[in-house]
Amino acid sequence: MFESIGILSLTIWLPIVAGLLVLATGGKDGASGGVDGQRTLALLGAALGFIVSLPLWTGFDSTTAAMQFVEYADWIPLFNVHYALGVDGISMPFVVLNSFITVLVVLAGWAVIKTKVAQYMAAFLIQSGLINGVFASLDGVLFYVFFEAMLIPLYLIIGIWGGPNRVYAAIKFFLYTLLGSLLMLVAMLYLFFVSGGSFDILVWHKVPLAMGAQMLLFVAFFFAFAVKVPMWPVHTWLPDAHVEAPTGGSVVLAAITLKVGAYGFLRFTLPILPDASHELSWLIITLSLIAVVYIGLVALVQTDMKKLIAYSSIAHMGFVTLGFFMFNSWGVEGGLVQMISHGFISGALFLCIGVLYDRMHSRNIADYGGVANTMPRFAALFMFFAMANAGLPATSGFVGEFMVILGAIQVNFWYAFLAALTLIFGAAYTLWMYKRVVFGPVANDRVAALTDIDAREFLILATLAVCVLAMGVYPFPVTEVMHVSVSNLLEHVAHSKLLP
Amino acid sequence: MITVNHYLILGSLLFAISIMGLFLNRKNLVVILMAIELMLLAVNMNFIAFSHYLNDLSGQVFVFFILTVAAAESAIGLAILVLLFRNMRSIHVDDMDTLKG
Amino acid sequence: MDLLMDMQSLYLLVPMAPLVGAILAGFFGKAIGRRGAHTVTILGVLVAFLASVVIFQDVLAGNTYNGSVYTWLAAGDVRLEIGFLIDRLTVLMMLVVTFVSLMVHIYTVGYMAEDPGYQRFFSYISLFTFSMLMLVMSNNFLQLFFGWEAVGLVSYLLIGFWFTRETAIYANLKAFLVNRVGDFGFLLGIGLVLAHFGSLDYATVFDRAPDLANNTISIIDGQTWSLMTLICILLFIGAMGKSAQFPLHVWLPDSMEGPTPISALIHAATMVTAGIFMVARMSPLFELSDTALSFVMVIGAITALFMGFLGIIQNDIKRVVAYSTLSQLGYMTVALGASAYSVAIFHLMTHAFFKALLFLAAGSVIIAMHHNQDIRKMGGLRKYLPITWITSLIGSLALIGTPFFSGFYSKDSIIEAVHASHLAGSGFAYFAVTAGVFVTAFYSFRMYFLVFHGKERFHNAHHDHDHAQGQDHTPHETPWVVTLPLVLLAIPSLLIGYFTMGPLVAGDWFGHAIYVNLTAHPAMVELAQGFHGATAMALHGLTLLPFWLAVGGVATAYYLYLVRPDLPQVIRQRSGLIYTILDEKYGFDRFNDWFFAGGSRLIGSRLWRWGDAALIDGLVVNGSARVVGWVAAQVRQLQSGYLYHYAFAMIVGVALLATAFVHF
Repeated sequence: MFESIGILSLTIWLPIVAGLLVLATGGKDGASGGVDGQRTLALLGAALGFIVSLPLWTGFDSTTAAMQFVEYADWIPLFNVHYALGVDGISMPFVVLNSFITVLVVLAGWAVIKTKVAQYMAAFLIQSGLINGVFASLDGVLFYVFFEAMLIPLYLIIGIWGGPNRVYAAIKFFLYTLLGSLLMLVAMLYLFFVSGGSFDILVWHKVPLAMGAQMLLFVAFFFAFAVKVPMWPVHTWLPDAHVEAPTGGSVVLAAITLKVGAYGFLRFTLPILPDASHELSWLIITLSLIAVVYIGLVALVQTDMKKLIAYSSIAHMGFVTLGFFMFNSWGVEGGLVQMISHGFISGALFLCIGVLYDRMHSRNIADYGGVANTMPRFAALFMFFAMANAGLPATSGFVGEFMVILGAIQVNFWYAFLAALTLIFGAAYTLWMYKRVVFGPVANDRVAALTDIDAREFLILATLAVCVLAMGVYPFPVTEVMHVSVSNLLEHVAHSKLLP
Repeated sequence: MITVNHYLILGSLLFAISIMGLFLNRKNLVVILMAIELMLLAVNMNFIAFSHYLNDLSGQVFVFFILTVAAAESAIGLAILVLLFRNMRSIHVDDMDTLKG
Repeated sequence: MDLLMDMQSLYLLVPMAPLVGAILAGFFGKAIGRRGAHTVTILGVLVAFLASVVIFQDVLAGNTYNGSVYTWLAAGDVRLEIGFLIDRLTVLMMLVVTFVSLMVHIYTVGYMAEDPGYQRFFSYISLFTFSMLMLVMSNNFLQLFFGWEAVGLVSYLLIGFWFTRETAIYANLKAFLVNRVGDFGFLLGIGLVLAHFGSLDYATVFDRAPDLANNTISIIDGQTWSLMTLICILLFIGAMGKSAQFPLHVWLPDSMEGPTPISALIHAATMVTAGIFMVARMSPLFELSDTALSFVMVIGAITALFMGFLGIIQNDIKRVVAYSTLSQLGYMTVALGASAYSVAIFHLMTHAFFKALLFLAAGSVIIAMHHNQDIRKMGGLRKYLPITWITSLIGSLALIGTPFFSGFYSKDSIIEAVHASHLAGSGFAYFAVTAGVFVTAFYSFRMYFLVFHGKERFHNAHHDHDHAQGQDHTPHETPWVVTLPLVLLAIPSLLIGYFTMGPLVAGDWFGHAIYVNLTAHPAMVELAQGFHGATAMALHGLTLLPFWLAVGGVATAYYLYLVRPDLPQVIRQRSGLIYTILDEKYGFDRFNDWFFAGGSRLIGSRLWRWGDAALIDGLVVNGSARVVGWVAAQVRQLQSGYLYHYAFAMIVGVALLATAFVHF
């Protein structure tokens, strides 16, 4: 493990430094020339970021639940704050996933973003580093700093490169998430004092707490993470943010940012507050099931493609939280698999919609029809992702849902019953949209003038398709990585840590 | 015998005059600047009086600081005043309500 | 050992060969061209068929196999694996699937000759063959579900193959969603199996099943259910979707929007029988629950009879065959309910041949009629399409259960098996399947007479057709790639029942692949006792009620459509309400559109407008913003902008603070 020192730091700081470099090369708007250079530099940074994250996967020891690739240094000695990094089987896949998605996002914005290119690329690179920081932090304050800092680039991405209503969406997004996380800060300070002055998350895991305190802390953490997931009823920022964000922003938002909230449940809520988690699991389960059913129905009637996929994201994230609070390995691992899979699939779907938007400048389903006639290659890929979103077996979308349903049925038949309704709703809203957009005769002259995807777009989508397929056909390696960590977590959660 | 009380009364008188200058004046911005100067002088008066009676020099040192700052302040204030006059053709206090929420 | 290894790679070869064909034709369709596309896919299916034959012989020699290929997933202490179970049931299905698929592949060369999506079509049907093979060869529930959904996907793609047709893309969405309703139940059933058996492997589950036979589960407070009944009914709901059983049958007639070859392959011969296969495979579970078996039987009986009625009034040649398929699937389901699993599989096999034959023959007619499918505009075609005519006749005779034809043996066995069953609902089922014989004969020969006999009505029809004007109107026989599969399918339709009846039904051919609790459900015993050779059975059949019902059906059709062609119109007008009900297909489509589709859209938009937009966003989110705004608006009144106001406020503040400080 000695030779691996610094990998996590690299995955965090390399993209950030690359982002700052790109930012430095960017001049004023309209200063042409060098734009290609900035793009190439950004791509290089993203690719390097991905490459340095790979050793996390290859060098990962999946037989232990302990933190790996640990880095530890003083940061603010006065308050016992450390720069402590480390990953286990729960967080490691997300660092890699995030670094991977960043590459695709940079590619996706390649020819589409024409204004403030350097700033755009830089925002994504910096964001990528910050998100890696969230997943790798083992110190509460460090986590909090990354958790909040990652809002800023996305806020700018939506606010600057977004659609007509971008300012409303950006502010809504920012305030929603900020409000939630403030309570978390309070909870962290409380934990700092009861743990005898430590911000170490792993120490917090072991702190005994009274039931009342656990309940309050649960609520505090719940707000922070539920907004991020997002869970019903604090989800309404997501459709707006997605609709207004540029394609790359939507991809990162859906593929990565939402996962931070769910990850928080696993890293903080469950292990620190096991008793309150059991006590209040009904709340999470209810909200998750509402997300699946209610949001599924709402998604059905959307007229805006991006909104539809945004709602579908909420429904799919409902599966994640449902799985976590089943307290069995099927549920938790299923939730984690669903998170990764949703990263690929929702990212891909937003990219697909981006492909259409770049050509037609409309997200309205009614403006389309018969796209398959003019864009057959795109139609095939879009079909694949639509099916994956509907949870077709042999795609990654199935694995997570399947595991969560299997986990739920062991707890209560009706949980599984309601959750499994997504089989019908998911297919209904996704395929109905697909039918209206892609199938049918050519709807209008603008559709008739569409050109099929070019090599760059094909490369991005095909890469994601391969990931989705591979994970659907052979998910074993993914679950194997998280297996021990999840078992350890479940064992930990099964033990009460009430104060005597 | 002039006691410290006399100085304090003088100081508060000066202070009261300057406050009245601030409140009642609706016409000239220069008066406000002068009132502020006067207010600071009232404070200085107290400082010096206490410094003398308590035999502590730091009070008088403080006065020098205040005088310096007051000088700088009035310089800036006058500069703003000149700019204001240039832009608004007036130094009438009632015209100056751009801070209104 | 060497031999075993060879067999294993052979097992793998069977599904993989069509998959490779599908990939080549799908991804490199442009590069390899039309010829290349059909060559690779036909080759792939041919390889699969030949390998199946070899495996068949191997299995007959007594070598079964149950092993895994790789671990798909591990969670908790359960490992889910992808693997193959090769026994007699599997291998029979493999033969049927690969043979019919091969026929359809060849037929497609002719049928789709002018279609621009030629390569895509071949890719899809090969992909279908792969999925179907994975389904039947599976040794566990998970892979079964994989294949289950994958065939659903391909069916979706193929029904919507002509994606510019509004009706086709409506039908394929409907098919997928209705199937999803079935899969919903199926998945829950699988979940319960895993939760209570701790495994998804067939062998393990079936071994443990008797121990759990008396377990109960309480899913609603205060009410306990037999676990087995619940599992079986949930699994059967999956079968109801896939095998189009009432009330999830609504998708199958609409699926006829797809090209005819896939109607034959997917919506008649193979995919729709997946449900039948699944229940037969699960026989060790279903045998433990009489309630579930009764349920199965009643659903099958309803489908068999009532869907047959609908066939009577259809005028689209493919829809007639489609409703006949529904009805025949009902027969198979009834057989399952009567614990006559092997009879169901037997009927599945004979049906696969004769129904594929009928569909392909219908396709041949459609080609000759320049893609006109209305049987009222046909007639007298036997002169022009001799091969199609003869093979259609064979198919129809087999379908209605003429003695010595394959359909006779399977259908008669079903009726006998139901007769021998003592479960609740068996009386109704017996009535339904017997009455169904008359109905089947009537609609089959109605179609047959309307298409091949009587006046030639297509001359008028062609005058309406723009593109046919000025051409030679005389229909002519279709090319050999179309007729060859017809002939090759006609042979088993005629003969296979005669030769396989003995071992499949009367004997114990399936061995351990199918489990029947013979003491509780003795139907098979009675069948076996009453069987004295295929010839004797056929001769005996001539004296039985079903045969005469069939004759009656044919005679009625003959009278109504050849002797007095004016009568049907009169009858139709006289029976106003009944006709309307049948024409509306009992109102299912209308109800589903209104209640389920419309209802969920309504609820969805209400939740969106009122819940999301009005309540959460309007009241809470923007509401709190408005509160802040209102407070700010009030407070800003204090901000006059006058310096002296501020100074005054400061003084007041200082005074207040000083007072407070002094006093407290």
